[in-house]
Amino acid sequence: MSGSDIVFLLLAAITVGSAAVCVFARSLIYSAFALLFTFFGVAGLYLLLGADFLAATQLLIYVGGILVLLLFGVMLTHKLYDLDLRSEVHQFWASLVVFGFLFAILAVNIHRTPWRLGPGRPPAPTTAEIGREFMGAWLLPFEAASILLLVALIGAAMIVRRKKEA
Amino acid sequence: MIGLQHYLLVSAALFSLGILGVLTRRNAVNVLMGIELILNSANLNLVAFSRYGAGNLNGQLFAVFVIVIAAAEVAVALAIVLTLYRLRRTPNLDAADLLRG
Repeated sequence: MSGSDIVFLLLAAITVGSAAVCVFARSLIYSAFALLFTFFGVAGLYLLLGADFLAATQLLIYVGGILVLLLFGVMLTHKLYDLDLRSEVHQFWASLVVFGFLFAILAVNIHRTPWRLGPGRPPAPTTAEIGREFMGAWLLPFEAASILLLVALIGAAMIVRRKKEA
Repeated sequence: MIGLQHYLLVSAALFSLGILGVLTRRNAVNVLMGIELILNSANLNLVAFSRYGAGNLNGQLFAVFVIVIAAAEVAVALAIVLTLYRLRRTPNLDAADLLRG
């Protein structure tokens, strides 16, 4: 077992373990902080896969943006003196059965499928190449994504704006 | 030796846990967390295929778009959750039944 295998097992354990905590935790704050570790674990897996740019993007956008936004959501939709911030759990056992079947089906199929592996891409710095691809073959999706972001942010601001009293 | 299938297994676990979170929770913010888990698992798949597949960067480029969509999605979703909270004083999704006849 080589060093990178051990790192993979460690990162996989962190990722899946904290995702489980996120799903099972009774408190919303615990869920949010467990999600933080899941995002860190996924960023580490990206690094292990040689996706350095994507790992940095994951940290910046998921940890720095989306998680902070989710915490704002927690804080704004609960009374702040209500410290335990409990979240109800419904239909737990039926969902657990669904979870078990889903994971079993996925795992069996991942194991059985004869994956056609290509030459692969050995880990190497990717940022320059990603930039060239975005400005080249992927220019139209890139621009569409930027317009989507603009529209989504304006739309979000419009939705939460208080309407004037008629 | 760690290969493609191990990454896919981690991703499958993340996906199933995300589905479990979406199914069991009534709190809208918690459901959003489950959706983030699902999107992350999809991204992990894309990056793993990019590493072990045809040897180009298309998987990673697609993952960047998924991250962009996730950011837009969470912004709009939180706006909707806040509006629901203002209307019903609860982040509980069962309260969002205004369209029921």
